[in-house]
Parts: sequence; structure tokens; C-alpha cells
Amino acid sequence: MSLFFSQLFNGLQTGSVFALVALGYSMVYGIILLLNFAHGDIIMVGAYTAFYAMTTFHLHPIFSVVLAILVSTALGVMIEKVAYTPLRQAPRLSLLITAIGISFLLENGAQLLFGADTKSMDPIITGSVTFSGITISYAAMMTIVVSIVVMLLLTLLVQKTRLGKAMRAVSEDMGAAQLMGISLNKTISFTFAVGSALAGIGSILYLCAYPQASPTMGSMLGLKAFVAAVLGGIGSIPGAMIGGFAIGLLEALVSAVGLSVWKDGVVFAILIVVLLVRPTGILGRKVMEKV
Amino acid sequence: MSSERRPATKLVPVPSTNIIPERDIGQHPILETRHLGIDFGGLSAVSDFNMAIGRTEIAGLIGPNGAGKTTIFNLLTKVYQPTRGSILLDGIDTANKTTAQVNQLGIARTFQNIRLFRDLTVLENVLIGLHNETKYNLASAIFRTPNYWRREKIARERAIELLSIFDMQDLAAHKAGSLPYGAQRRLEIVRALATNPSLLLLDEPAAGMNPSETSELMDNIVKIRDTFGIAIMLIEHDMNLVMGICEGICVLNFGKIIAKGTPDDIQSNPAVIEAYLGKKKEG
Repeated sequence: MSLFFSQLFNGLQTGSVFALVALGYSMVYGIILLLNFAHGDIIMVGAYTAFYAMTTFHLHPIFSVVLAILVSTALGVMIEKVAYTPLRQAPRLSLLITAIGISFLLENGAQLLFGADTKSMDPIITGSVTFSGITISYAAMMTIVVSIVVMLLLTLLVQKTRLGKAMRAVSEDMGAAQLMGISLNKTISFTFAVGSALAGIGSILYLCAYPQASPTMGSMLGLKAFVAAVLGGIGSIPGAMIGGFAIGLLEALVSAVGLSVWKDGVVFAILIVVLLVRPTGILGRKVMEKV
Repeated sequence: MSSERRPATKLVPVPSTNIIPERDIGQHPILETRHLGIDFGGLSAVSDFNMAIGRTEIAGLIGPNGAGKTTIFNLLTKVYQPTRGSILLDGIDTANKTTAQVNQLGIARTFQNIRLFRDLTVLENVLIGLHNETKYNLASAIFRTPNYWRREKIARERAIELLSIFDMQDLAAHKAGSLPYGAQRRLEIVRALATNPSLLLLDEPAAGMNPSETSELMDNIVKIRDTFGIAIMLIEHDMNLVMGICEGICVLNFGKIIAKGTPDDIQSNPAVIEAYLGKKKEG
């Protein structure tokens, strides 16, 4: 029983990271219908930023965290401006392939700059607490709390602020939104900034769980977060949160029954099942073709 | 429809061959187009479109299906980029403006096929129209500073006030997509008004309405013009509405203006009758 609860918290911990990353995928997809495959690699850049800030430059962890978030946000907006904005009128396939290209560029650029080896560091948060036989690490607790707070703030941002309303308006009808005086460029850049900031936070939380950085760390994390976004219903913000936690818990469950080598396989099997049975995901809205 | 609802309008020429109501003379027309045209591939969808609209005019744009009426709305709002000619909004050339900038300069519109934000509430739809009126910085929104609450409160009050024009304030919390058809059409007009336009473009506002709804709509269009002191340009197939409230009418066929004038001029114009009913066989 105690093993079950420990695994439950592990699942929630990784699920929180998946959820934050999935949110970035979903928000960008919701607004410009692009699967931003470079999103996972933004996490990698965020993780390297935090890693070097803490190890080489010995910055205080708080400053390192802020720096990692800022660098991720700036990178996300820069990618949007340089790679995606010029292609806004282009077919969607061109955008998708550009995103994959950016992903390769970032991974190989990181290999060139930082080397192909995995950089390990001391755990950022150590220690754990035991309640009636269930051990929970402080890192897990902090990850879960931080991600829930961030998701609440994001929900407020999207539901209650004028930029959030502009985002929802653009996502629902880009043309009509422009005719309401909403600037497309500003709204799309803002969406990328928020999504990338979430990836930056995700990278820090990931470092709390696995204190190491490697050039390809973002690809598997990104793919799993993508599965989470599809499972929850891509384009849906609550869907991304549910999907993230569901994938995290599922992985933990698969490990708990002793099939940990199968856990990646199970996650991608979920993707196949969702796409076959319910392609819109749990909370996705039906896409109606205009006739 | 009763013609006594409006005082007889005398249209007078502005510099050029355009005409606007006499009372708007002495001020810039709110909109002036000069030799406006657009080609799609080899096809010229609109050509040599010259029109001026007075600052408080209700203008009609009519013509058979496919004449290019909605294309003109799309040109005015810069959804399409003109191939030729220029658009002057209150004397400002909109050549390098985006759709959003043209809206901020003062053009708002509704759509032939309703394009509300269906998953958002009625209130949120109007608040989106108020987007550029409710500026505050993001930090104040996240940390809920007094400035944020004040701006949000003003925006909400304004939105409710606008909704009350059509007596829709009680529907504020409903999803826009769940409203009955007529209410959706009215909400589109409210949302457009929220952007604080000086020229409101209505694309077939009476489509799908029964005669009593249409008559109410006519009263409301005139009321909006009088309350806000703005110009309204509408595309409509309902001739009772067009002849009842429009002061200047422009008739379009195959992308070209075939007649301009007051409702009385238009009704007796042989070119218009021919465009709608075909040519009388000789002999």
C-alpha cells in the first residue's frame, strides 16, 4: 500500500511536468494550429541555463530559476518571430516541418555548444518526509504545488484578463478577432511567451526530479507531453492539465507493477488508441469543417 | 415601409462625383473610396468603385447575388488588399493598415454568416469588442491591483450598457452560441459597436428575420445612428429595409456601380430594374 502511494506521488510529480509542457503545446496549437515540435527543446535550453547558472556561475537557485524562465520565454518568442511568423500564410505542413527543423537545430546546436554528454549536478532540493510509512520527497511536493499554482494563474490569465480574452477570441475566429481590433502579432507572440515560460518552469521542475541536462532530454519529454495534450484534447487548456497528470500517473502505475521498461511503449500506445477511438481527446472541441 | 420615419434626404455632391446627405456637407465624408478595385486571378471582382459616405449617413449597398458587395466590405476592412485605388477613412489613407488597425481607426462590421465567439459568453463577446478600450498591464491583472478592478468594472458596465440597447443585458452570462438566431444577430451588432466605430458595416443584418423582427431592426439601426452619431453602411436584400431607412443607395452589378442616389432615384432607375429583373424583350 505504501509503495502504491509513493508511486502515486511520483506519478503526480512527473505528471505536473508533463502538464506544464503539454499546456505550451496546446496553447500554441489552439491559436495557430501548429504542433510546435520545438517546444520540448525549449525545456532543454531552460535546463542548461539553470544548470550553468548554478554550477559554473554559482548563482543563487532563485536567480537561476528566474534566468531559466526568462531565457526560455525569449527563445520561444524568438522562434515564433524568426521561423513561424514569415510562414503564417503558408500551408500548415510547411509550418510543421519548420518546427521539426527548429527542434533539430536546437538539439544539434546544444550538442555543439555543451557537448553530447549528460551533465549531472547535485539535487536542487533534497530530503523527504514520511507520513505513516509513505515517503514523499520535498522535490515532489514542491513540483506538485508549483505546477498547481502556475495552472491556477494561467486559468485566471486566460479567463479573466483582456489578453486572455484576446487569445480565446483569436483561437476561435482569427478573422473576426482582427475585426475587433485585436492585433494578431501581439496575441500570438504573447501566447508563445506564456507557453515558453511554462516550459521554462517545467525545465526547473524536471531538474528537481532528475538533476541532469543533455541535448536530447527535451525530445522524449516533449513527445510525452504532446501525447498528454492529445489525450486531454489538443487546444484545450484544462485538457492539457488532465492529460499531463493522466500520463504521469499511468507511467508510475506501469512502473509500480514492475513493467518499467514498457512505460514509454504504453504512453505511445495511448496515443494510438486516442487517435483511433477519440481523436479530439477528452475535452477537445469538435472541429466542424466550413461548408 | 413608412417613409415618414425619416426626413426627406437631399443628397449633394462632395468634391468628385460622390454624393452624401446635405446635413453632412461641410465635414469630411467618413469614408471615401477612389477607383477601388480588386482582381482575383484574372477576374476583376470589383472595379472603379467610388463612393462617399456622410458622417451620419445610413447608406445602402445593394445588388444581385455575386455582385461584389461583401467583397467591398472585405476591402474596406482590409481582409482583402485592394489591387487598385484607395480608401480614405476620415481622410486617412488605409493603404498600409492591417485589419486590426482599420478597426481601431473606426470601422466595425458584422458578418453575413454570423461569426460570434460561440464558446464565450455574451458579455465576453462584448468585452472583446472593448479590447482596445480596456488597457491595463499584465502585472496588474495577475496581482489584481485596484487599477485592474477599476478598468474591468468600467468595461463591464460599458458592455452591459451596450447590451441594453437591444435589451440583452439579462443574457450576459449565456454562451453566445446558445442564443436564438435573432439575438445572435443583435449581439454581433453590439460587439461591433463596442469597438467604438465611426462607421458601422452591416452585412445582411435582416437575413433570416421575419417582417416584424425586420421592422424592429430598422428602428434600431436608426436609433444606433442617432445615439452614437455614426455612419452606417449596410448590405441588404430586403428592399423594404433598404428603401425605408437608407439615405444614399449604391447599386452594384458585376463589381461595378450601376446607380447611385436616394431610394426614389434608385426605384425608378432603368439600369437597376434591368439588373434585378433582366432586360425587357424588344418588340
